[in-house]
Amino acid sequence: MKKRVKIIERDDVVVKFAGDSGDGIQLTGAQFSDTSAFVGNDLATFPDYPAEIRAPQGTVAGVSGFQVHIGHKEVQTPGDLADVLVAMNPAALKANMRWLRPGATIIIDIDNFDSRHYKKADYIEDPLKDGSLEGYNVVEAPITEMTRDVVKQFGLDARVADKTKNQFVAGILFWLFNRDVKIGEAFLKDRFKKKPDLVKANLAVLHAGYNYAETVEAIEATYKVKPAEKGAGLYRNMTGNVAIAWGLVAAAERAKRTLFLGSYPITPASEILQELTKMKSLGVVAFQAEDEIAGICSAIGAAFAGCLAVSSTSGPGLSLKSEGLGLAVITELPLVVVDVQRGGPSTGLPTKTEQSDLMQALYGRHGECQVVVLASSTPANCFEYAFEAARIAIEHMTPVILLSDGYLANGSELWKIPAVKDLPEIKARLVKDDDPDYKPYARDIETLARSWALPGQPGLRHRVGGLEKSDITGVISYDPYNHEKMTILRNDKVAKVANFIPRQEVIGNESGDLLVVGWGGTYGALYTGVQEMIEEGKSISLAQFNYINPLPNNVSEIFRNFKKIIVCELNLGQFASYLRSKLPEFNYLQFNKVQGLPFMISELKEKFNDVLMTPENHGK
Amino acid sequence: MENNCITTVQDFKMEQPAKWCPGCGGHAVLAAIQRALPETGIEKEKVVFVSGIGCSSRFPYYINTYGFHGLHGRGAAIATGIKLANPELSVWLVTGDGDSMAIGGNHFIHLLRRNLDIKILLFNNKIYGLTKGQYSPTTPKGSVTKSSPDGTIEDPFLPGELAMGAQGNFFARVVDTDLEMMKEVFIQAARHKGTALVEVLQNCVIFNDDIHAEITSKELRAENQLYLKHGEPMLFGKNKELGLIQEGTRFKVVKVGENGVKKEDILIHNALDHDDTRDYMLVRLSRPEFPIAMGVIRSCEASVYDDMMYKQMAEVRSKSSIKTVDDLLCSGNTFSME
Ligand SMILES: Cc1ncc(C[n+]2csc(CCOP(=O)(O)OP(=O)(O)O)c2C)c(N)n1
Ligand code: SF4
Repeated sequence: MKKRVKIIERDDVVVKFAGDSGDGIQLTGAQFSDTSAFVGNDLATFPDYPAEIRAPQGTVAGVSGFQVHIGHKEVQTPGDLADVLVAMNPAALKANMRWLRPGATIIIDIDNFDSRHYKKADYIEDPLKDGSLEGYNVVEAPITEMTRDVVKQFGLDARVADKTKNQFVAGILFWLFNRDVKIGEAFLKDRFKKKPDLVKANLAVLHAGYNYAETVEAIEATYKVKPAEKGAGLYRNMTGNVAIAWGLVAAAERAKRTLFLGSYPITPASEILQELTKMKSLGVVAFQAEDEIAGICSAIGAAFAGCLAVSSTSGPGLSLKSEGLGLAVITELPLVVVDVQRGGPSTGLPTKTEQSDLMQALYGRHGECQVVVLASSTPANCFEYAFEAARIAIEHMTPVILLSDGYLANGSELWKIPAVKDLPEIKARLVKDDDPDYKPYARDIETLARSWALPGQPGLRHRVGGLEKSDITGVISYDPYNHEKMTILRNDKVAKVANFIPRQEVIGNESGDLLVVGWGGTYGALYTGVQEMIEEGKSISLAQFNYINPLPNNVSEIFRNFKKIIVCELNLGQFASYLRSKLPEFNYLQFNKVQGLPFMISELKEKFNDVLMTPENHGK
Repeated sequence: MENNCITTVQDFKMEQPAKWCPGCGGHAVLAAIQRALPETGIEKEKVVFVSGIGCSSRFPYYINTYGFHGLHGRGAAIATGIKLANPELSVWLVTGDGDSMAIGGNHFIHLLRRNLDIKILLFNNKIYGLTKGQYSPTTPKGSVTKSSPDGTIEDPFLPGELAMGAQGNFFARVVDTDLEMMKEVFIQAARHKGTALVEVLQNCVIFNDDIHAEITSKELRAENQLYLKHGEPMLFGKNKELGLIQEGTRFKVVKVGENGVKKEDILIHNALDHDDTRDYMLVRLSRPEFPIAMGVIRSCEASVYDDMMYKQMAEVRSKSSIKTVDDLLCSGNTFSME
């Protein structure tokens, strides 16, 4: 029996999947994202999972989530509030009620909603009966029971059978979004190509979910989201961590250098290491070191020997790398250190996002020890900034820290695949064999970069190391004036990078009442909030920084044209403090959040409206 | 020599003299290496000396090769990066007892365990030289030093034991007073494929003078040093009249010709044996009951990390459909939009 329901056409829809960390939530989310990309929607995703591998089942703390925002219009964030929530148990419902849009569709697995389960989630009464779900379109689907029924014929054991539940959910969503279920079939055939029995069982469950949705009365409406208009080309769904790994490989190819990674596993950065260990066919040397110190030190050794050398980590690991960074600064070797920031200090909130390593990246070393600091701002542009970090490191012979964060690392968006030949060439400052004029610390006039002579090259034997060296000759020197000169040269070299990076851009008018300033991974939320307010007629613009040290040359010009400046970041004001020290002539308001969560567009707009309405110089 | 590039001692000398204290054992080690390298046939441009921090770690500044003076304890990690980046280089790590076994202990054991083709010269002066005389992880228990005014209460490491505990495949011990022994052993280390650890018993004239005197002094050395050579009997003493035999699980010193002991009864040194039980016993030999074992105690073949890494890369490359970065970017799930 086919029913007729209304189809709601939408510019964008937010879907949230939530359940126990063993429920296959991340897979369902990824599958939904890929299908969305396949049908041409723009998208952004946000996986949000507990720090424990198998957190206590059925508890709110153990809920694993995956949010997907799809759109016909441009999508910049995973969205504040969900239009559709799939809750596999009461805990998943409880954890997500705050993030639901009024009238949202909630699909629950009714088989997990008995009193034992809702008590585990700290509900006192049955949430299905206590009135808390009034105003929502609740679909009570017997997901577990029906899945078990369907797979019985395949003779799978209960544990494996229950793992196919996510395909029941997928089936419901195919119907709910008016999508061709064949796409889902193809996905499963590909995913389980080595396990034919699993293909059969999963396909059967997928169809069961689809058929269930088609017949059940409870679903009041379905959605249609037209394809996005992103411009012709080949796209893929890209997460920040993979984008960093790939950006580095691309940079190595454009620099004609071997890519070397020295790294030690740490959430949320491990994927960069894992991804690069898969790149042996491209000649990548990915070395899992015994700790973060060995990670960076092996990279420094590899840089000395001529590699594009990289070390990837998260906050605690960056702390361990401080001494190594100092060595790379004084030896003036190219090095990229990727810091995927997470909630700190110490182990903090290891699976959550934060922007609180900025000061450490800028200043966390002994001695006068400037390094270039960049920050990527979307999952996909992690590719671009990893490439850029490598370019600056090699062309300017300096360590570069690239800041990413947990939100960018695991989140994804559609990325238009570039051709490698269209990426800029990276010109390493190599020296010819037996060059009689080679001096280890002679410099290029424009960049102040020294040259890169590699062990194994005839006629260029020299020594580098942690002791201060004489200008030009590179022999050990304890001379006080030489030390000051070298210190200033090293600092100036980093400052001069400003002449080789793009000007800071402003989104919106070049002048106005309020300039929103952000950096790194908050771009999506800040952009969307500011854009919406511009459309509402507000005098507001955005400057999102990717180049942190040095700052682009035109920042002061930009700041001058706004009545107020508010610096928004996921920490207690580190970039604001930095700007105060660099450009003290301006007054900086702040908006900060340290909950391990990204900004919500609604909270940003509320704050900006507040600031716009407050008389000058208040609200600080 | 398989190499057409002939080097001489002069090739490895710097214009400026080494800045260790006059009489420091370091000078002799440097001279021995400068003599050994030409005999290895390695091209001078291919040699890289890497170090940590300490008196001993100044070494790269005093030898005319490529050099990297690193961080305290981290030379092993830097050397690892260099070797993996360019396995054709001959990479030598110079380290002290504090550098390798205190702050750098972790990197030290992992280098040995991985068995990269790197040569380690461990200057064991049983003291922190550069920081002026605090005790180190090899300082004998009870020693009074700057940081142990009432004597240390720690048991020292034996580098050889640590090396074998970390699955090291090459371990040798030399003294800084014996140029010929150093040279011979350094050449063997250079020829060994894999991590080769040479412990140099080095004298620090300033902070720990004569710490090795019992085995280096002219009068005592013949009796107190057992210079081991593969395939030769374990004989020592002024006229090689003393030797080692095994009784049960223990060694015993005997005199050839006394109590019916014949030369044939003396143990033959087998450095190539994979079983390290006897090697352990040899590195532990201690005064006054036994002589100290010198020379190449252990030298056995095992798979080498850098070799395996590049072999794996070649294998993967031959099988993979991803040959360029463009292939990579377009692999897997992609979506084309009009
Ligand atoms: C991180 C760090 N901690 C401490 C020091 C100080 N330091 C320099 S050398 C050294 C000990 C050196 O002893 P050893 O490794 O035995 O070498 P030696 O000087 O005896 O050759 C110490 C503690 C340092 N340079 N760096
Ligand atoms: S202090 Fe000791 S180890 Fe250091 S240079 Fe002087 S003698 Fe050599």
